Amino acid sequence: MDWIQIGTAIFLGAMLIFIFPRMRHAVKNAPKGSNKDWLNYLMIMVVVGLFIMLLIQMV
Amino acid sequence: MNPNYSVATHSSSSTLATNKLIRNTYTLLSMTLLFSAGTAAVGVMMNLSQGMALGATIAAIAVLWFVLPRTANSAMGIPVIFGVTGLLGLGLGPVLNYYLAVNPSIVMTALGGTGAIFLGLSAYALTTRKDFSFMAGFLMVGMFVVIGASLLNIFLSIPVLSLAVSAAVIMIMSGFILFQTSSMVNGGETNYIMATASLFLSIINMFQALLHILGAFNNND
Repeated sequence: MDWIQIGTAIFLGAMLIFIFPRMRHAVKNAPKGSNKDWLNYLMIMVVVGLFIMLLIQMV
Repeated sequence: MNPNYSVATHSSSSTLATNKLIRNTYTLLSMTLLFSAGTAAVGVMMNLSQGMALGATIAAIAVLWFVLPRTANSAMGIPVIFGVTGLLGLGLGPVLNYYLAVNPSIVMTALGGTGAIFLGLSAYALTTRKDFSFMAGFLMVGMFVVIGASLLNIFLSIPVLSLAVSAAVIMIMSGFILFQTSSMVNGGETNYIMATASLFLSIINMFQALLHILGAFNNND
């Protein structure tokens, strides 16, 4: 393991520590979505996924 | 004052403020993207080492976390956001050098693909005006898991996990673009510098993840 990997690991660890309280706050306070909301998001992600598959075919 | 007139005036001024926020955000986003493309080109031409790129990225994230929130409401926020995006662009140097050597069309496809996804998602959130604030918890948990998996993979070095992380990053960044854009439309975000920073991070993360996926499935190996 070289020092760049060690540096990256420390950086990612610091990000986890920084994000954790924000994540907890967001989970506790964010409004809850309905099934329709989540289905809508899922449909958008399916379209994004299909587009990425198209890009993969292109390269 | 007629209460109906007051409500109409308030609604009209609120719409004007939202439109101004959206216009300012996209103008600043375009300028910062161009600037970071310039610094990325400098990084490529200088053949920047991985250590330097990591240093630039860490410096950018440190400024983003600790300086930008304190300056976003003042004129100082503009040079700070350009500093952050410039450093993040510079940090892309070695990655771009690698993929340009493997197959330059990967970089162009990832660039075009990221642009198309961003424009499509932004247009969707702006035209439908749907509220995506319900995704905040999910996106933050997703981000936490993805960073945790990336950290784990430094020690495990599993290629499939690395690809899965990139795929998850694209999905999460797509969610962040929807969330941030709807937040501007629905009044959750009122600062165009913070909105620009959030959208810029989503775009740059999505671009890197797309580069990784396209590089992994590249037929010209």
